Amino acid sequence: MAAGTREAPTMSDTEAGTPDAATEHDAIGDADADEAESRVTGTVPLRVEGLRKEFGGIVAVDGTSFEIEEGTMTGLIGPNGAGKSTTFNCITGVHEPTAGTVQFQGEDITGLAPNQVANRGLVRTFQIARELEEMTVLENMLLAPKGQRGEALWRSVLPFVRGSVIEQETEILEDCWEMLEFFEIDHLAHEYAGNLSGGQRKLLELARALLTEPTMLLLDEPFAGVNPSLEERLLEHIHELREQGYTFLIVEHDMDLIMQNCEHIIVMHQGQVLTEGTPAEVKQNKQVVEAYLGGEVGE
Amino acid sequence: MSDASAAADGDAPDAGESDNGSFTPWDQDAVKLTTLVIGLFALYLLGGYLLGYGTRQQLASIGQLSILIGIFAMLALALNLHWGYTGLFNIGIIGFMAIGIYATAVLSKGAATAKPAAGSTGGFGLPLWMGIIGGVIAAAIFGGLVALPALRLRADYFAIVTVGISEIVRFTLLETEIQKVQIAGYWTGLGGGSGLILDFDPTDRFLEAFGLMDAYVGFSDTLGEQLGVGSNPKPIFDTLLYGLILFVFLIGFYMLLQRTGNSPYGRVLKAIREDEEATKSLGKDTNRFKIKGFMLGCALMGLAGILFYAEQGAITPDAFRPRLTFYVWIALIIGGAGSNTGSVAGGAVFAAFLFRGPIFFKNIVQNTFDSLDAPSTFGQAVSPITGADPIPLVAYTIDNMGQLQLVLMGIVLIYLMHNRPEGMFGHRKEPASPIRLQDRTQSKPAASAAATDGGRDQGGTDDE
Repeated sequence: MAAGTREAPTMSDTEAGTPDAATEHDAIGDADADEAESRVTGTVPLRVEGLRKEFGGIVAVDGTSFEIEEGTMTGLIGPNGAGKSTTFNCITGVHEPTAGTVQFQGEDITGLAPNQVANRGLVRTFQIARELEEMTVLENMLLAPKGQRGEALWRSVLPFVRGSVIEQETEILEDCWEMLEFFEIDHLAHEYAGNLSGGQRKLLELARALLTEPTMLLLDEPFAGVNPSLEERLLEHIHELREQGYTFLIVEHDMDLIMQNCEHIIVMHQGQVLTEGTPAEVKQNKQVVEAYLGGEVGE
Repeated sequence: MSDASAAADGDAPDAGESDNGSFTPWDQDAVKLTTLVIGLFALYLLGGYLLGYGTRQQLASIGQLSILIGIFAMLALALNLHWGYTGLFNIGIIGFMAIGIYATAVLSKGAATAKPAAGSTGGFGLPLWMGIIGGVIAAAIFGGLVALPALRLRADYFAIVTVGISEIVRFTLLETEIQKVQIAGYWTGLGGGSGLILDFDPTDRFLEAFGLMDAYVGFSDTLGEQLGVGSNPKPIFDTLLYGLILFVFLIGFYMLLQRTGNSPYGRVLKAIREDEEATKSLGKDTNRFKIKGFMLGCALMGLAGILFYAEQGAITPDAFRPRLTFYVWIALIIGGAGSNTGSVAGGAVFAAFLFRGPIFFKNIVQNTFDSLDAPSTFGQAVSPITGADPIPLVAYTIDNMGQLQLVLMGIVLIYLMHNRPEGMFGHRKEPASPIRLQDRTQSKPAASAAATDGGRDQGGTDDE
């Protein structure tokens, strides 16, 4: 876990900080410092421009543009069918957008494969938690870390080189235990993930996503099907992570939850961004109210 | 083997749900499998005793059984990598076996520089071990070529592609154009419908390679005489020796696949099986993992094919009908997909009971009840039922055991699917990691252990 708190973003250009971060890393030789550093490299890690996605004749996302600020918690809301999940899928590479661009930390990531997007530090969770059911919680966690030597088949199989795999595995295992403790699901470590309750699955999914060392997390309805006490815990964890410098984009149906917890809200309707702003601004927007009541939006 | 070591430090006091009873030798998979195989041998020896087998027949029976156990266990292990780990529905196993043995045959058959007589052809005359390596590589490359387009397909379409490929392989082998061709002065080819004579005996080549032939012949003569095997004891001991060689290969397969499975690599394969999209979202390039895993499995299927057919002296394309593919699937389902130990057990049980068992049983019954005259038609067998005489039907059934074998397999399969879809060893917790994932407190140094304990008491959820 990176313990470094976020500094005030000073650099205007997204890319300007990267070389600095690299040299810092060499000098300090501390992964945590590097992580904290990389998180203040730009003010706008995610920029979506003119995003459009058609499925046959249906336009699911119709020219959506928005920017997410560094270290913020942004809520993406809208009625069913507004295109929230499709937007998510276009950002994370599950769908290739018909038009428009997605930029992450100054790089164009439009149309990259999901694994490539994830490897750049933009990691998602799923609306229905997609834990790996017939693997234990601990296995789920062990899967996530990047750059595992043992993922090369020959290193895992051949004698002599296997030592380094085991060594790394021991380190990863320790990280996984720490993360499980942070989310307080360590008592479930040896349980099959499929046996977890809905809320515990959400915790597991978030914990697993964090082990990939992301800089930004996209959470697709993280509170759906989670009981109130677990929801509170999940929120606490998210706030704690945000204080550590992670950026969040959250899709959620529960308006109250979003209003109370996000400092910035994007409202989508019929594939387009209806409005965005602070919770107070959004609340006063008549269009938003109408959209949620299912009426036609018009002035 | 990791399982052995896993069981050795078995009794972690609070390792949750995992299977940590107190340690007994029975916890070791190797012990279970050895016991199973010895039990099967004992059963066959008993059956042979009932049949009034002499020593020669008993030894031959055991030798053939061990060859079958070895082959089916190896094939089930290779399929387990595809299906049990990665979730790839490969029903083209026989195609990869054919590629393996045909490549080996072409490489290692005796060189023919003059045009061979009709119905026969030569090879490149390479040593058998080179031919085997060539065959394995050919199967792996072929698997890779199949995988490149096929792995993009959904699971069910992938299955159709694999079975289609295995039939394409068989029809290609029948092709007369490449029955006999001249390449770089050597006459070779795939033999077309008449197949290929394999002029290399793997057991002999093995003995010759180690210079043991003379010693072996002398040994088998002496031992044969003592055991009363009768004249020409060598073929009997050849079968036994080949069964032994296959067991050595089987142990190699098992260790390789245990290592593959219990590694970060195997973990990603399992994750692909569970949910490929979620695995991608964690930054894993799932296609690369799938192709590698598929190629490894195909290489092993090729090797099993080489070992199976090389001993038979000749191959024809007819031998490569899809039937064997489904035998391997049944073996894997019996044993339990997802478990390497289960794959070996399934292969052994399948070979002993379903593949060889029915004929053996038939022989025993017919031998015991000499007077049992089976009716020659089904009608004659059924009609006495009305007179409450089931004997003709039973006799008829037993007489046709060879044909009923497939029916029997089908019944076993349906029963398993209903009552125990996870097989003998499926659904065990076998966490994919090169190290043992015991409870954390055990691996922590003593100094920090106390702090750790405080942080993660079993209640976990209640302290906020």
